[in-house]
Amino acid sequence: MLTLQAVLDGLLLGILFALIAYGMALQWGVMNIINIAQGDLVILGGYIAYFMYLYGIHPGWGVIVSPIIMYFVGVVIYKLVINKVVDRDLFISILATFGISILFMQLMNFAFGADVVLANSGYGTTMLFDNSVTLPNSKIFSAFISIVFAIGLVVYMKKSKLGRAIRATAQNARAAKILGVDTEKVYAATFGINAALCGVAGALISITFTIHPYMGLPYTIRSFMIVIVAGLGNLPGVAMSGMGLGVFEEFADYILGTEFRIGSVFLLLVLILVYRRFKLSRKREYLK
Amino acid sequence: MIKNNLIIYLAILIFGLAAPFVFPAFKVQLSILCILIILAITWNVQGGEMGYNTFGNILFYGLGMYLCASVQVGMFFPLGEWTEGGGEKTFVHTPAQFFQGFAFGLAVAAIVPAIVAGLIGYSILGLRGHYFAICTLGLGVAAGEISGGIEIIGAGQGFTTPPFPNVDRLEARGEFFYFCSFIVLIFTFLAVKAIYSTRFKLVLNAIRDNEDKAEAMGIQTMKYKIIGWMISAFFCGLAGGIMGGLVGYIDSTDVAFDGREMGVFMVLMAILGGKGTLWGPVIGATLFHIFKEGFWTFFLGWQYVALGVLIVVIVIYFPEGIMGWLREKYPERFGEVVDEADRKAQVQLK
Repeated sequence: MLTLQAVLDGLLLGILFALIAYGMALQWGVMNIINIAQGDLVILGGYIAYFMYLYGIHPGWGVIVSPIIMYFVGVVIYKLVINKVVDRDLFISILATFGISILFMQLMNFAFGADVVLANSGYGTTMLFDNSVTLPNSKIFSAFISIVFAIGLVVYMKKSKLGRAIRATAQNARAAKILGVDTEKVYAATFGINAALCGVAGALISITFTIHPYMGLPYTIRSFMIVIVAGLGNLPGVAMSGMGLGVFEEFADYILGTEFRIGSVFLLLVLILVYRRFKLSRKREYLK
Repeated sequence: MIKNNLIIYLAILIFGLAAPFVFPAFKVQLSILCILIILAITWNVQGGEMGYNTFGNILFYGLGMYLCASVQVGMFFPLGEWTEGGGEKTFVHTPAQFFQGFAFGLAVAAIVPAIVAGLIGYSILGLRGHYFAICTLGLGVAAGEISGGIEIIGAGQGFTTPPFPNVDRLEARGEFFYFCSFIVLIFTFLAVKAIYSTRFKLVLNAIRDNEDKAEAMGIQTMKYKIIGWMISAFFCGLAGGIMGGLVGYIDSTDVAFDGREMGVFMVLMAILGGKGTLWGPVIGATLFHIFKEGFWTFFLGWQYVALGVLIVVIVIYFPEGIMGWLREKYPERFGEVVDEADRKAQVQLK
């Protein structure tokens, strides 16, 4: 029954990862940026929900407040840093966002302290299968909210004017510019939407798990991994590989022990990249 | 020109030999500076000349650090009991044992990382650009997390390296580690300089500029990439081994596989000085260390914030580095033939 527990936990966790990875795929596809600070945006979003909890507001409302604040944080980061690296080499963007990541980590450490915290939602737990599987309701809540946001965003990208502009820019930025799309604005909005998604995910993580200023990098690596497994712009793939990663992590935790959990995530990334590299090199190609 | 260079080298050598006696208070700082320069130079072989920007050289640095300390202890005493806690109080190295162990440890710390680089090189170096960067970042972090879970090297509670043996002079410890790092620095610099004057460097540059074309020209790019990485790993391991002895305490994520500090520093120093030049990393590392030590105290507690801002500013506004800037300003000094009329035309265009 522990297996079933791990699988269910992993699936619910994986949906959250998929939400973060969706933001990563969005900015990578549109702006050709790999954002190492992704995980730190998630943690910042989590702290917003945690502070609401400290001031007596139910942290569940964080899923509304956090993305709104994070949208503006994202736009500010874009205006200050990202717009200068959009057209440059990818390594420049990796290094620049690595700098932002270190900056955020330390600022959060100052502002919120180095303790591991969580916002107690008081949702209780659900017992399944003759009490052999315990599921906190907060996890079910977070998976549900993630799905709602993901579907909402997909619809928004399909139907709205900004969504069309974003998709056009992703296909061909120059052509979009000629046809009157203000790409600068589109980029800012894309980065803002990505940050908002991170905000939602962070708020949910602060309810279901714990947050800590230095825990950002694993989230970045997870979302990167999910995106390279699924491919850019493959939404069902992102959801599937997100859930797969969640299950993998729960099993690694269960079999190897908690101290190797993060290590196994990073090793899995290396293994996946190496596997892809060997598979492609048979056709004399390489990962682009 | 050659005479001039010789004078500069001699001046640096004399300064380096005299430094610990002239500035006895700065011995540790000077040793760390030497280590930083080694790391910047080795990163530059990989990132600057070959164009494979790595965050993963910290893997070899940390590996060297752990190996050197483990060999130094394990040659004479049971390693498990040492790290169990309090081992360094029960077992005491005699001076002969200490130096013997350290020498063996350094040899292992240099050779094993180079072998590891050779073994994983074929898989990892097939990745390019940002995939390589992220993959090596993952390797570095994974190594830190995993070594933090291994009992025999101290797991989470850290590993105390053998304390320096009792000799009569109080200054001996600082001087010993300073001269170790200085000699390794000179060795590294001369080795890299020798490498840069051969065809090997041209091959690396060809790989950086266009790997597919280099391959089409008949260069076995994979072979050269692996050798390049092994050279990097060799010197990184040496630097790590010395740094372990100097710090005296090894922690998996804060000292050895410290991707947040050393791992970023080496990239930053090489970029600050100028990628793809011999002297760039040396200048970059020196300036960075002076900045770090001079201003860190003013930012007390805020040093990581300053570091983050510094990374962003350097990467965005100064990606060519100091040498790149000088090269643009005074191209004649770098042996480039400049057509005066062409230059005027360019100025007018601007």
